[in-house]
Amino acid sequence: MTSMIKLIGIEKKLGGQPVLQGVDLSIPVGKLTTIIGGSGSGKSVLLKHMIGLLQPDRGEVWIGDVEISRLSGTKLNDVRKRFAMLFQGAALFDSLSVFENVAFPLREKLRMKGPEVARRVEEKLAQVGLTGMGHKFPAELSGGMRKRAGLARALVMEPEIILFDEPTTGLDPLMAKSIHDLIVATQRRFGFTAVMVSHEIPEIFAISDWVAMLRNGKIAAMAPAAEFQQIADPDIQEFISVGGTVVLPGSHVG
Amino acid sequence: MVLNMVERLGASVVTRVQEMGRMLLFVLSAFAWLTRPPFRFSHMLKQLHFIGYKSTFVVVLTAGFTGMVLALQGYYSLRKFGSEGLLGSAVALSMIRELGPVLAALMVTARAGSAMTAEVGIMRITEQIDALDTMAINPMQYLIAPKLVAGLIGVPLLVAIFDVVGIYGGYVVGVDLLGVNAGSYWNSIESAVEWKDIYGGILKSISFGLIITWICSYKGYHTRQSAEGLGTATTEAVVLSSVVILVWDYFLTSVLL
Repeated sequence: MTSMIKLIGIEKKLGGQPVLQGVDLSIPVGKLTTIIGGSGSGKSVLLKHMIGLLQPDRGEVWIGDVEISRLSGTKLNDVRKRFAMLFQGAALFDSLSVFENVAFPLREKLRMKGPEVARRVEEKLAQVGLTGMGHKFPAELSGGMRKRAGLARALVMEPEIILFDEPTTGLDPLMAKSIHDLIVATQRRFGFTAVMVSHEIPEIFAISDWVAMLRNGKIAAMAPAAEFQQIADPDIQEFISVGGTVVLPGSHVG
Repeated sequence: MVLNMVERLGASVVTRVQEMGRMLLFVLSAFAWLTRPPFRFSHMLKQLHFIGYKSTFVVVLTAGFTGMVLALQGYYSLRKFGSEGLLGSAVALSMIRELGPVLAALMVTARAGSAMTAEVGIMRITEQIDALDTMAINPMQYLIAPKLVAGLIGVPLLVAIFDVVGIYGGYVVGVDLLGVNAGSYWNSIESAVEWKDIYGGILKSISFGLIITWICSYKGYHTRQSAEGLGTATTEAVVLSSVVILVWDYFLTSVLL
């Protein structure tokens, strides 16, 4: 497989605590790779290394053929132009309407103006199912709608790589499913490289191409989604079997 | 025990020096980004509107009453020496040299500075600043630099308004209520106020404008990830700005005198 993002021996301490302790990971180009792992295992921290929001204490971060871990300023920004990121809380700008949020990268980065901006924004809003919602402000939207708006903003620049930081956290199961479907549909349609951090087991096995698990600051395993579920390691089995299969005493689920 | 105390003292000194270094780098980086395109004049105007125009009411109110109470106090002191005629110069000099810059700056800190810290802090907590970074838009250039420029322009303008309103406030009390002669009120101002006084006041207000926007945006930018962190950041920003304004005022006055 050709890799788009390659992490080599990433080590990172936050507040004196080791979070990443030698992560080696290759993200295949044009695929949806999901990183799973327990709460506080450093998944989001790992994601932030990929786009240079955090710099490793040791190790290398390769985006294509550029090593970004020691880049800053304009050079780092040049690499970031290939990226978009959907944050956990969507990170929409509260002072701007949904339309202006989605138009933001076009106007600020590409210095685009006039009807072309409106055309592209409306197109992306339609793709995420937010037609006619452009005039609303983030505070007026539900959690799911905010994620959709965030996704539209991520898609509008047509990036090569999109990072998703727990895109379904805090959503009800139906809304979570619709966001997952939307991510998969847009990924298949546009073919960008997607990296997702998620807790949604077992749903992610159905939508991801590759799955990697972060444990004790290292990648414990990485495999195509179907094969990942067959891995014999008892810790991995325990982790992935808990999601969706727990039957509480006295319940009639099943 | 003693060693422990020395150790803690040393650690706290090191932390403070590091913080000061970070603050210096913060403001230098903002000014460095200011020189690079794209230049966002509309952002700067928006910040100027927020820091300047929206603070006008509170500044006018404070200035009016400050001028009035100065005239009241000044009148009773000056009358003891039969020098009521000098009331105008007493009010104007206190206003222009000292009270205008300091009080206007403190009011701007309370109104605009605290809001600035909260705004930037919320953007930090909700990852909006990270979002700017991921879009390859530098937050220092987009968010911080326009605030610094707006502070440098807005605060001197507010101080000018403060001075004028304060002197008129003094006029209302001194001339209209206490019966000081209007001609001698204006005349004493004209003969006593020198260009040096006005220049000193402007210099103070420019530096206060920088101090407010610098400290308040820095504290917001480095807010810790919690609601409590945001509260702490806002309090620290207002307290530190106010203290630095007063300390810096003393040093600047001693140099300017």
